[in-house]
Amino acid sequence: MSGLRLLSRLFFSIAFVPALYAADATVELEKFHGDLHDLPSLQRGAQTYMNYCLGCHSLQYQRYKRTADDLGVPEKLFSDHLILTGAKIGDHIRSTMDPELAKNWFGTPPPDLTMVTRVRSEDWVYSYLKSFYLDDSRPFGVNNRVFPNVGMPHALLELQGVLKEGCRQVPRIAANGGEARDPLVPGRTLTETQCGFLNLEEGTGRQSAEEYDRTVTDLVNFLSYVADPSRKQRERIGVFVLLYLAIFFVFAWLLNREYWRHIH
Amino acid sequence: MQTSSPFKRIIDWLDQRMPLTQTFEYHMSRYYAPKNFNFWYFFGVFSFVVLALQLVTGIWLTMSYSPYGETAFASVEYIMRDVEFGWLIRYLHSTGASFFFIVVYLHMFRALLYGSYQKPRELVWLVGMGIFVVLIAEGFCGYLLPWGNLSYWAAQVIISLFGAIPLVGNDLAEWVRGDYVISDITRNRLFALHVIVLPLVLIGLVFLHMVALHHVGSNNPDGVDIKKHKDKEGVPLDGVPFHPYYTVHDIMGIAAFLFVFCAVVFFAPEMGGYFLELPNFEIANPLKTPEHIAPVWYYAPFYAMLRAATYPFLGLDAKFWGFVVMFGGVLMPAALPWLDRSKVRSIRYKGVYTKAMLAIFVVSFVMLSWLGTVPPSELRTLMAQFFTLMYFAFFMLMPWYSRIDQTRPVPERVRV
Repeated sequence: MSGLRLLSRLFFSIAFVPALYAADATVELEKFHGDLHDLPSLQRGAQTYMNYCLGCHSLQYQRYKRTADDLGVPEKLFSDHLILTGAKIGDHIRSTMDPELAKNWFGTPPPDLTMVTRVRSEDWVYSYLKSFYLDDSRPFGVNNRVFPNVGMPHALLELQGVLKEGCRQVPRIAANGGEARDPLVPGRTLTETQCGFLNLEEGTGRQSAEEYDRTVTDLVNFLSYVADPSRKQRERIGVFVLLYLAIFFVFAWLLNREYWRHIH
Repeated sequence: MQTSSPFKRIIDWLDQRMPLTQTFEYHMSRYYAPKNFNFWYFFGVFSFVVLALQLVTGIWLTMSYSPYGETAFASVEYIMRDVEFGWLIRYLHSTGASFFFIVVYLHMFRALLYGSYQKPRELVWLVGMGIFVVLIAEGFCGYLLPWGNLSYWAAQVIISLFGAIPLVGNDLAEWVRGDYVISDITRNRLFALHVIVLPLVLIGLVFLHMVALHHVGSNNPDGVDIKKHKDKEGVPLDGVPFHPYYTVHDIMGIAAFLFVFCAVVFFAPEMGGYFLELPNFEIANPLKTPEHIAPVWYYAPFYAMLRAATYPFLGLDAKFWGFVVMFGGVLMPAALPWLDRSKVRSIRYKGVYTKAMLAIFVVSFVMLSWLGTVPPSELRTLMAQFFTLMYFAFFMLMPWYSRIDQTRPVPERVRV
């Protein structure tokens, strides 16, 4: 029995993999560029999260107060505008959706997202949020390129607008690997039709493509903060710890040299 | 009239009631260590530092960790978010686990290089092997505690291996788990083992390791016996008192070690998913198998050996033979003192056969480590089988190649 079969027999005899979790590893992910020091970005991300995500997805290990403090938002302001569930500032960030009902609606309760960027990576979440497209065969009318057949509607649809699978004119690639030029019109690039793209239906979303990119960047930046809220503090302290150890090493080295001077 | 200092009076009072100064002298200030220790000799003291670190951070983690039900996973996040500097304690402990194995593997490799397991240090080596085995068990138990999804599935895979033992296997696996599947009962008992039983055994074995070592004395990179040449007072000519010479030397080494260690703790505690595996940031879910189940890197070579066994034999399942090969791989080095028939200890004076076999061993170990962390394929299974054979060949053929090997003459005194 091969190693693979041994493993699969082991696992599949006791478990099954719900289709909802089948992740497609073949899709190339877009690179996320975030900055944990960019407080306005984190604040905008928190705002988007509270308005568009928290309805279904908890951040059940993170507290409102910690978030407000770290994001530089006064507690009163945070309570008034970003706590939309009636929770107190010291509470964990929980969705008010009943998990049992959610299971009926979506097939599985929407997962907690506290550490989603650590489990799946920031690039994954960033690409995922930009990859919903119209698909009438799915119960919510949308499918996702990064997470095929996901059981989630496109929560940011009103911002992004509708993406449709379609074709585009792209430069034709010549035999030498470069773009093919028109032999009759100097400088003109030859194009060809390629399909499989996600094209935005103009005017269906409230934000432009650039604005939506920024919204998603801010949101993933915020999720990245929530996944490891001590990271900024950790890296700041880390610099001093390493400096201290480096200086300590010099003195330890000198002391050692002094003791060993006469040993031959 | 009393002239001695208060400190001296306290020491005198203690010395009359217990062998304080005597013990300090025996193990530190009059323990003569060879003066030619090199880089490889730091890893023993580094293991000691990591042990202390794991014990101390472990105590603080236990203050906030909850082994019960769903709260196990949540309590780790509570430590990471709500406990003052909890993140530091947790990352020190998780990074410490990986570094424990790094330094212990290098410490063991040092013994391979310089023949430190040879007579009269067989017992030092055997106790060390005991420490290694307990460390593996300690790491395994600890790995389940955060109750992440990979914790759960890795434990599921490993404990189910007991099921491969003929006749008693399934009952044994159930007895180990305390349940039909990995459950709260399993986690609670592994918690007890992780925080009480195994650390106690570990400390006891480390104590024995030191006692046995200090009885026979340390080996050195030349593998010569420094006790052969002593001065009139019986002090080895090539030895220096451990304290202060090696204490200051080790302090320097520890500073460098902590620099590397802290760089990881503060800037890359996940270490690209090798020290903290990404599926473990998600709570254990018996209905959701991670896409790829790999053990933590430090078990990877032995896991690769387990997967390398793919043929049923003597009417027994391949899984059983994988189990045997895996444990065989872990325990095999214990036989080294009796496998090595070389006249010399150190690699410096051994011949080309030993050097070649050691190189093959290192390559096999590294390749198996890699193979254990990646998903299997047909080619990789073949590679794992080949390198498992090479791993065992290093040990099994040693009585032969170490005897016929052309050794070089060993100097009388150490070279510095």
